[in-house]
Amino acid sequence: MSDGPRIAVVTFPGSNDDGDAVLALELLGAEAVRVWHAETALPEGTAGVVLPGGFSYGDYLRCGAIARFAPVMEAVGTFAASGGPVLGICNGFQILCEAGLLPGVLRQNRQQQFVCADVTVTVESTTSAFAGTWEVGQELVIPIKHGEGNWYGDDALVAALEARGQVALRYLDDVNGSVGRIAGVTNEAGNVLGLMPHPEHAIEELLGPTGGVAVLEGLLGAARVPVVR
Amino acid sequence: MKATVLIRPKQGILDPQGEAVVEALQHLGFAVSGARVGRLVDIELDTEDAAEAQAALDRMSHELLANPLIESFAIQLEDGA
Repeated sequence: MSDGPRIAVVTFPGSNDDGDAVLALELLGAEAVRVWHAETALPEGTAGVVLPGGFSYGDYLRCGAIARFAPVMEAVGTFAASGGPVLGICNGFQILCEAGLLPGVLRQNRQQQFVCADVTVTVESTTSAFAGTWEVGQELVIPIKHGEGNWYGDDALVAALEARGQVALRYLDDVNGSVGRIAGVTNEAGNVLGLMPHPEHAIEELLGPTGGVAVLEGLLGAARVPVVR
Repeated sequence: MKATVLIRPKQGILDPQGEAVVEALQHLGFAVSGARVGRLVDIELDTEDAAEAQAALDRMSHELLANPLIESFAIQLEDGA
């Protein structure tokens, strides 16, 4: 049993990166607890939440549009509202946007193709709860694998996000058409972060780049105190 | 009663599917310069009250069927019966 923070990893029907998220969190010293989407409460002592990647509910209608109504999402919303750190990865990011917990929406990639590649993202802001050890301009290499990662917000929204430091991560190169090459955004309070790259796949040198460590350690750093009692 | 909700990408919003359709149509020799791809949802409601149906359709379109950031929707209530 780990002494690290208790992180709830939610599994929706169609999630497929929940297992890797659990492994990665445990490797970094957290106590990862799996939570089924039909649960109505998060486990006692939960200090952080991960919504993992995958294809929840088959990506029907729009990615994340149906998962946002899963029973567990009410508890996730309450957790976020009380300041608990929530990390949404890929499909998890899409769900958080559909749920209104993060700004904007993820559209189909501009190139009409699924893209699977190691990409470089740069840290754009260190104002969020996740950015404890981050430095502006720091480059992280993390894989992406998505067909709908093309983030969109209108000009006014993008300007507001940039001004408030809510653009957390930006692709070094344009990989999918995202407005402003945005790869990850936070909510205004800075305790909810969503990103398309997969940090849980980038934590061991043996398997490739390790840019994911900074992101997941950011979550663990933000999750020092249990929020659910 | 029956209804159809038409969901379209909003004006000015990039529509990669539509662009691919235009290219494919041009390859086939059709003289087209634009196509936008949306979604159509046929719905059967458990009510015969048009006002009630309209209100429900409006709510379900806002809450689930369309994402107002990038999509617009139009509701067509079937007269019939």
